[in-house]
Amino acid sequence: MTAYLITGATLPDGTRADILIEDGTITEVGTGLTRSDASRIDADGLLALPGLVDLHTHLREPGYEQSETVLTGTRAAAAGGYTAVFAMANTSPVADTAGVVEQVLSLGEAAGYATVRPIGAVTVGLKGERLAELGAMATSRARVRVFSDDGFCVADPLLMRRALEYVKAFDGVIAQHAQEPRLTAGAQMNEGVLSGELGLAGWPAMAEESIIARDVLLAEHVGSRLHVCHISTAGSVDVIRWAKARGIRVTAEVTPHHLMLTEDLVRGYDARYKVNPPLRTRDDVEALRAALADGTIDIVATDHAPHPVEAKDTEWDAAANGMVGLESALPVVHAAVVADGRLEWSDVARVMSARPAEIGRLDGYAAGIAPGAPANLVLYDPEASRTFSTDDLKGKGVNSPYLGLELPGAVVHTLHDGRPTVADGELVDPAEVARA
Amino acid sequence: MRHLLSTKDLRRDQAIELLDIAEDMAQVQGREVKKLPTLRGKTVVNLFFEDSTRTRISFEAAAKRLSADVINFSAKGSSVSKGESLKDTAQTLQAMGADGVVIRHSASGAPFTLATSGWISAGVVNAGDGMHEHPTQALLDAFTMRRRLHGAASRGKALDGVAVTIVGDILHSRVARSNVWLLATLGAEVTLVAPPTLLPVDTSTWPVQLEYDLDAAIDGLPDVIMMLRIQSERMNAAFFPTEREYARTWGLDDERLARLPADTIVMHPGPMNRGLEISAAAADSPQSTVREQVANGVSVRMAALYLLLAGEEGD
Repeated sequence: MTAYLITGATLPDGTRADILIEDGTITEVGTGLTRSDASRIDADGLLALPGLVDLHTHLREPGYEQSETVLTGTRAAAAGGYTAVFAMANTSPVADTAGVVEQVLSLGEAAGYATVRPIGAVTVGLKGERLAELGAMATSRARVRVFSDDGFCVADPLLMRRALEYVKAFDGVIAQHAQEPRLTAGAQMNEGVLSGELGLAGWPAMAEESIIARDVLLAEHVGSRLHVCHISTAGSVDVIRWAKARGIRVTAEVTPHHLMLTEDLVRGYDARYKVNPPLRTRDDVEALRAALADGTIDIVATDHAPHPVEAKDTEWDAAANGMVGLESALPVVHAAVVADGRLEWSDVARVMSARPAEIGRLDGYAAGIAPGAPANLVLYDPEASRTFSTDDLKGKGVNSPYLGLELPGAVVHTLHDGRPTVADGELVDPAEVARA
Repeated sequence: MRHLLSTKDLRRDQAIELLDIAEDMAQVQGREVKKLPTLRGKTVVNLFFEDSTRTRISFEAAAKRLSADVINFSAKGSSVSKGESLKDTAQTLQAMGADGVVIRHSASGAPFTLATSGWISAGVVNAGDGMHEHPTQALLDAFTMRRRLHGAASRGKALDGVAVTIVGDILHSRVARSNVWLLATLGAEVTLVAPPTLLPVDTSTWPVQLEYDLDAAIDGLPDVIMMLRIQSERMNAAFFPTEREYARTWGLDDERLARLPADTIVMHPGPMNRGLEISAAAADSPQSTVREQVANGVSVRMAALYLLLAGEEGD
């Protein structure tokens, strides 16, 4: 029997407790716990959060291994305190068949750093033309529940309606990348006064908002679950708020970068800041923070999007969209919405663990750190701070917008199913993790 | 001045200095021997990722009249069309010892990236980037206005109070942007006239007046009217219905030309679509500065290259 005793941790609700883990399960949470044969982890001064769950990760494998692999991506996840990631479908081949999603699942199991739940494509090849075999993916060993063409919008309203209806059969959810394609042809940055000045083609807020408005009405009509990926505008918040007030089954995510960064960063044409949806205005950032605090936005998801150096070391138009985010997500959320008191740590546990797991139908996260739950947790030092650097990036991508910024906090230990993946701030050796 | 990337970050005194040096250069153009030894031994690369014979030969003439060695690098048929990146191209030029790079690129910000990335130590002149800026065009336009208004007494002068109306595809025009910033810096009053579809969605921070009605703008009796080139492919993207409707509503035709004051300057950065945004009579009238703009372009580009590349070591 493998046992760990975590002593003196601060739980999300602020109380201090010891946590006993036996054979991958939390068996006791309380004060003064002892067990002589357990490995002790001194968590004095550390915050214990349930293992983080990312509903929006690009692991790039199969097909784009020069950017990331399941192994390197889940190492980045563990370094950021994540114990489960949902892998987006835009691989090559696209994850639009049972075979591909089972392959990704197996790669995740072999790596061991985090639970990998594949996301299935909504349409064949992400082309938006006909439905992929959603049922086959749902009943495969990967038990896919989240379907998304992320990177592309399911723009055809009839196809979107059918997808929403179809996945009801197995309690699935469509995660929509809300971007009206005609309104964003060639788009390079948020459309507004700055795009006009910089001469970059605009990505108007209403191209996101109009798709969300359409989709919540579709979801209402057919009684399905809709999840909206990476919402980025104040108007999107208004639409989601309206939909929730009507009782529509919609959930929404925001990325850490949309909670912190604004379009002003585009001014120097540094392609590290090129991302889709684009960085928006200060007013949008404010609205997103408030919406996360009041529950209109359900979760934080990283949209971790690693790229090789050459994809960013180029003129703006030619650069790839996306930022890596797994390693920095918790510190950025800490800085953006915890430091100013808008979110408590118990809220962070909800928006970065319990709720994303619930949306993705991932078991074991509902109760948080409680006896009987699988031992997925992260011990975080909220008093630490550092200048974020490439040393902090553990995946293959270095396309982080936070390099050189002062960020709070540090992940000290991560435990995935009762086994350390990060110990004393260092990733545990891959062979050891894979054996576990 | 290390680079010339935009007019937005040109100070008023810098702009006037550049225009004054261009006056000196223009005097040289009038001599029998048009060449100065200033940039002897320096290498200027014209790095053109977009076709533009007019701008390229203007820069080439400017560099040669300053005795620089000129290398023309056109992306067409070169390694660039085989997928070589801007970074690799820049490093190639660096290895060849380029002192100055004149870059034309379809991507907004490419000259900025070239100048700030550390790939290259050469001075960078933006010869037009995407929909962003075309600073030497705006400088030659200002130079042309100043000469028409002040003649031999141009030196040291700005354009305070001069009413300039710019007409046409503002949205896609780097010429319009560079002109807006530079003219405002020099004290001119700028009015933009365009169909709403061809204006940026938000220009609230721009130092301009907006007007959809060209006839109303003409009734305002501008000192300068600048017509921008209309690309007919815009029609297919629903920016306007037909060329005929555009010409009728926003073109400088003979009737509108007649209503302008006799001393209003008519400008066009070229190449012109005669009969679309400008009538033949307007283009060829004594008020038109189209050919002067071309000649002044060489003087202004000589001034820019001089400021960037001359006396680097001595300073």
